[in-house]
Amino acid sequence: MGNVIEARGLLKLYGSQRAVDAIDLDIHRGEIFGLLGPNGAGKTTTILMMLGLTEISGGSVQVLGFNPVSEPLEVKRRVGYLPDSVGFYDHMTARENLQYTARLLDIPRSQAGRRIMEALESVKLADVAGKRVATFSRGMRQRLGIAEIVMKQAEVAILDEPTSGLDPHATFELLEMIRGLRRAGVAVLLSSHLLDRVQSVCDRVALFNKGKIALMGTVVELANQVLGAGHPFLVEAQGTDVAVALRGVEGVQTVVPEGEGAWRVMADRDVRAAAAQRIVSAGGSLTRLADLQPSLEEVYTRYFQEARHAA
Amino acid sequence: MPRSAARTGSPFTGLGPVFMKELSDHLSSVRMLVLTLFVIVFGALPVGFALQDLRNVVVSDPYLFLRIFTVTPERVGLSFILALNFIIPLMAIGLGFDSVNSEFNRRTLSRVLSQPIYRDALLLGKFLGGLVTLAVALVALWLIVLGSGLLLLGLPPRGVEVARGVGFLIVAIAYGGVWLAVAMLFSVIFRSTATSALCALGLWLFFFILWPMIASAITIGFAPAQVTSIDQYVAIQELGLALQRLSPGTLFSEAVVGLLNPETRTLGFMLPQQMRGAIPEAPLPLDQSLILIWPQLTGLIASMIVLFAVAYIVFQREEVRA
Repeated sequence: MGNVIEARGLLKLYGSQRAVDAIDLDIHRGEIFGLLGPNGAGKTTTILMMLGLTEISGGSVQVLGFNPVSEPLEVKRRVGYLPDSVGFYDHMTARENLQYTARLLDIPRSQAGRRIMEALESVKLADVAGKRVATFSRGMRQRLGIAEIVMKQAEVAILDEPTSGLDPHATFELLEMIRGLRRAGVAVLLSSHLLDRVQSVCDRVALFNKGKIALMGTVVELANQVLGAGHPFLVEAQGTDVAVALRGVEGVQTVVPEGEGAWRVMADRDVRAAAAQRIVSAGGSLTRLADLQPSLEEVYTRYFQEARHAA
Repeated sequence: MPRSAARTGSPFTGLGPVFMKELSDHLSSVRMLVLTLFVIVFGALPVGFALQDLRNVVVSDPYLFLRIFTVTPERVGLSFILALNFIIPLMAIGLGFDSVNSEFNRRTLSRVLSQPIYRDALLLGKFLGGLVTLAVALVALWLIVLGSGLLLLGLPPRGVEVARGVGFLIVAIAYGGVWLAVAMLFSVIFRSTATSALCALGLWLFFFILWPMIASAITIGFAPAQVTSIDQYVAIQELGLALQRLSPGTLFSEAVVGLLNPETRTLGFMLPQQMRGAIPEAPLPLDQSLILIWPQLTGLIASMIVLFAVAYIVFQREEVRA
């Protein structure tokens, strides 16, 4: 395993404002790690410090064993970066744009052509390789950015808001490509405020709030921390009041109505079978009984509600 | 701010690719085409009329070829070097005013800087790309003038005239470099390309139109009501000249006059008694002319380097994020 990125007490000051407030962060090899949080929480600043693109005010960060402050070229040679709404040279074709990057990376000419085409194929842009980037949609530009990382054969990919502004289909495709990077052994660090999309790809996430990491772990761990351990599920039934029917079922903690004929049940173990039996025997017709996966969105909303109350 | 540890790796990593890209971008751009047309029109007009005038010259002139550059034709009142004095800054500004901020606006800057390259190489590559483009255009123009002179005057230039012409070319490129550095400095300072172009053009107009007036106004202000001695008179004249020389255009025209008019003995102020013993209208040898214009040339190159250094410092401190 081992860590590809290690930040210790990483600090960024803008004047007296703490944009990134002494965070500790480890990214493991081969995982997809999500940096989540509202805009202005310090996600992009953290990323820029890891790449040596902005000065570090305090603490330290190591990327693949290199210090981005003193060895930025070594870091940037091995790390692929897709900035927020990435730009390419519009008057050049997709292939020419990647050729320029290849020259900056000092990839030998004999290899560059093949690596560029392979990269474009992996993001399904091979058929438009000779088209000017000016004609590309936002989704295609993002994919071209991924192709650049693939061509670079980066060990770490840092993606800043990769899915923002994309339609659902383009988002789906892009997330699939991000999973592809992980399959190729690349550690992926991505930042986002689009939680449900991120939830589906991230192995671990960190929740940023005002420059600090508020929570860190897998989505389930976060849910347990914020929402409490439990088995929430949704019941839809007709002909009976579920709240009444479930009274006395062992393990059920709360039953909250959610609109017409729907209830949200919280239990400390899986009680769905017993609940179904109880509803049917009470004369109700059960139309839906769904286990609720803890959603990151819920964690997020709940966390920030509590943070605001605490403040 | 913590002690910044020493950087490792050459600051010139990636300079070559940036330079080549800038050069090919410039040379294939529509903007370059427009600028070239502009230069040819402005350059061809005085040269054409100058050649017509020169064909009628009967007295033998050992530096006839150089007169193509310097003579002011009767019908246009604009010599070739005066036209260049005016056009070179415009070209340089046209090539440099959006070199950094357009990368920013197209959002390519952070992507390019995330490749193994320092900002040094990016800025220097852009500057050299612009300078070489400018040099290519000026050499082409110079060859056109030389060629048309050859055709219309029907005699080849002498070696010393070519040497002086090459010197003129170097001065012209250095002059262009100063304005390119000015344009790039503004492109680093301002995020908006329009603002940066406006500031660079504003500075250009300031030096061309207002500065001579301001300089003479200052000189008059410093002058005593009554000039009582020669020394006082000389001091005033020299103050005026020193102020004028703050404008790169003055340095350019002085250097060019020194090179292309071999008779030029001084670029400063000279009293009649200092001229005693000099043979009027006798040309100086090339090395003496070079010594004469050396301060002007080094002044141009030095200001180019200083401006570039300022742009570099500003660029280093800039945040790459939008």
